[in-house]
Amino acid sequence: MIKYALRRLLSTIPVLWIAVTACFFVLRLAPGGPFDGERPLPPVILKNLAVHYNLDKPLIQQYLIYVGDLLRGDLGPSFASEDFSVAQQIMIGLPYTFTIGTAAFLIAIIVGVAVGCLGALYQNKTPDYILGALILVGVVLPNFLIAPILQLIFGIHLAWFPVGGWGDGSIKYLILPIVVLALPHAGRISRITRGSMIEVMNQNFIRTAKAKGIGPRLTVMRHALKPALMPVVSYLGPAASYLLTGSLVVESIFGLPGIGRYFVNAALNRDYGMVLGTVIFYMVLIVFLNLLVDIAYAWLDPKVRNR
Amino acid sequence: MNQFTKKFLASAMFGTLLAFSAHAATLNIHNGGDPQSLDPQKLSGDWENRIAGDIFEGLVTEDAKDNPVPGQAESWTISPDGKVYTFKLRDGIKWSDGQPVTAGDFVFAFQRLVDPKNAAEYAYLQFTIKNAEKINKGEITDLNQLGVKAIDDKTLEITLENATPYFINALMHYTAYPLPKHVVEAKGQDWVKIGNIVTNGPYKPTEWVPGSHVTTVKNDQWYGAKDLKIDGAKFFVLEDQEAALKRYRAGEFDIMTDFPTDQYEWMKKNLPGQAHVAPFLASYYYVLNAQKPPFNDKRVRQALSMAVNREVIGPQILGTQEPPAYSWVPPGTANYGEPAYVSWKDLPYKDKVEEAKKLLKEAGFGPDHPLKAQLRYNTNDNHKRVAVAIASMWKPLGVQVELYNAETKVHYDEMQRGQVEIGRAGWIADYNDPDNFLNLLTTGVAMNYGRWSNPDYDKLIKEGNAETDIGKRAEIFKKAEQLALDDSAAIPLYYYVSKNVVSPKVEGFVDNIQDIHRTRWLSMKE
Repeated sequence: MIKYALRRLLSTIPVLWIAVTACFFVLRLAPGGPFDGERPLPPVILKNLAVHYNLDKPLIQQYLIYVGDLLRGDLGPSFASEDFSVAQQIMIGLPYTFTIGTAAFLIAIIVGVAVGCLGALYQNKTPDYILGALILVGVVLPNFLIAPILQLIFGIHLAWFPVGGWGDGSIKYLILPIVVLALPHAGRISRITRGSMIEVMNQNFIRTAKAKGIGPRLTVMRHALKPALMPVVSYLGPAASYLLTGSLVVESIFGLPGIGRYFVNAALNRDYGMVLGTVIFYMVLIVFLNLLVDIAYAWLDPKVRNR
Repeated sequence: MNQFTKKFLASAMFGTLLAFSAHAATLNIHNGGDPQSLDPQKLSGDWENRIAGDIFEGLVTEDAKDNPVPGQAESWTISPDGKVYTFKLRDGIKWSDGQPVTAGDFVFAFQRLVDPKNAAEYAYLQFTIKNAEKINKGEITDLNQLGVKAIDDKTLEITLENATPYFINALMHYTAYPLPKHVVEAKGQDWVKIGNIVTNGPYKPTEWVPGSHVTTVKNDQWYGAKDLKIDGAKFFVLEDQEAALKRYRAGEFDIMTDFPTDQYEWMKKNLPGQAHVAPFLASYYYVLNAQKPPFNDKRVRQALSMAVNREVIGPQILGTQEPPAYSWVPPGTANYGEPAYVSWKDLPYKDKVEEAKKLLKEAGFGPDHPLKAQLRYNTNDNHKRVAVAIASMWKPLGVQVELYNAETKVHYDEMQRGQVEIGRAGWIADYNDPDNFLNLLTTGVAMNYGRWSNPDYDKLIKEGNAETDIGKRAEIFKKAEQLALDDSAAIPLYYYVSKNVVSPKVEGFVDNIQDIHRTRWLSMKE
């Protein structure tokens, strides 16, 4: 298993290198530079800035300097935030994104699996329809629409939770963003669980269990849940990376200091170092999460383990 | 002591504690973007200025109405030729670590600003100082050649290249703030990190969470600390204005420094008196590529300018009552008086359109030979609304407009490279003086996107800037402005307005033309 994990990790190095190289050159080819803006700078200032950030050197030399720094573990400076390097900014934002993302991830799994199981057990009955409709709302409505609605209801009218901000990090600040972030994934997980569970419940070994007189709850918990979760586990890798990387809208609407917003802001600002830094960070994260999913898959399915 | 007395004393003490806690006022400000730095020489935005101006103070500072008042300097004298300024520093001024602020700290800061090694984006704002530009260009390498000298610890002398009547206003800018030489030299680049940073303003930063907020608290070492009514401020990062308005409504923000324009009517009704819309020293305009036919024809430029119904843009298209612009320099600019206006300003709109049609016909355009133009703007709902409206205003002239939008970086890159026929631009004054606007139309400056060039105009601007008499200078500048307007150098559309939302519990907030509201002038009702 360890050998397999190591092999997987090593195989990502060339992928990472290609991605960094492509990203480096595509960024430089994009029109508009880091210092273009509403206030154009005089040529002398632009020259000083170019020298300061090595932008005056030939592109290939800039690339070699970047890769050299990267190999030494230096993600370089950020043009848009001079007091913090790219690595420092990622490290500052990570705990916030991680807290929200992990909580949303766990809630999405718990709620999604529970709702999916109930839907399967009450297939085509009233609870299934009600839960299905509720879940559909979560899946269909984008979070930039749900977030303001929840802010309006629970933040302004009922004043139960703060409308935004991290505050002191207490739970009352986190509930709304976590709910908004978790909702679509809970929905998708419940749909996957429901479908998978219905399929498993129609299989022979479940019929045998039922014939032995085991109650429906025990049948589900002891026999059906584990195989029914296989497709859910496949979904968890992308879901986890999405929750940790795709929280841009939620972080932006709730004014949270996570890293989700870095990538788009950096791309728009032509903050080359920051874009590359976040690309590298996300790629490493996605590789790691997919590896975890593979391990979980192997644990759930002996056939995979022995392969 | 009986039970009653004990209870009475206990409640009195509790009441006193409550009263004290109510006085510990923290101002929560929705500040928009993330600051690039806390180092005043590395800033470029108004959201950064709000923080920098609270934690640092220059020789000159601003009062609640944004007028220049003595800051770290208690007084100054100007030589008869207007070139040498001598500042006397206040007694007992200190950095937040208790070290004295000296004239040497100012010398150090100005030298660091213009040193090309530091690549300060805004260094050019102080190019009026002797040798500043040459040092920044690398033509002079000895920083001591800069025209900023410490005569002694309390006396600073600044020599300018030429007499510059707006120099005192330019000293209010963050590029002129002093730096704690002893800390910068000891800590290097890290001097600005929380824990190291030392400031000389009314407040000092205590926390910075990128993407969330900057927190400041009262700087007890500041000479006026005992009069401060606000104990500290939190400057929140939040670029989504809709979300910010919700947080304001929930009481999480005391001041919003911008708001969604489409909410203005709602706010007027539901948050009466809280939305402040006030004249602002900034212009919104279109440039026409004066190097490219047919926009090199004055008649074409004037026809397009005349056919814009400016009166409807502010009230109907934007909804925030931006005043129509018929001058290049916004009214209310210091050292100027009333600006020059286009000669056709007061014609009825119908007549303006008729005249525009005539001019276009003379230039060879009409229904059989329509003028085709591309109108570029950077991605933004308001820019789009204005562009669509103006394209429809030009339609009766037979002008066929292709709208083209691009993200800000690309838009300005293309504008600077002259890849534009008609393009949207805007300018917010760095310092309160007509030169800051008139300079945009001089030949060869980076901001002259339309590349309109007129040697007479350039001469007048140069002449005006060499004039020490403010009245005469204003007259020369007005001649230049009139010349540019008569030649339709660009199309001024409207003057910006500042848009703040201020909670009724905040007192001392005075609308002013540069939209600068330092926390030191504010207080909060309990």
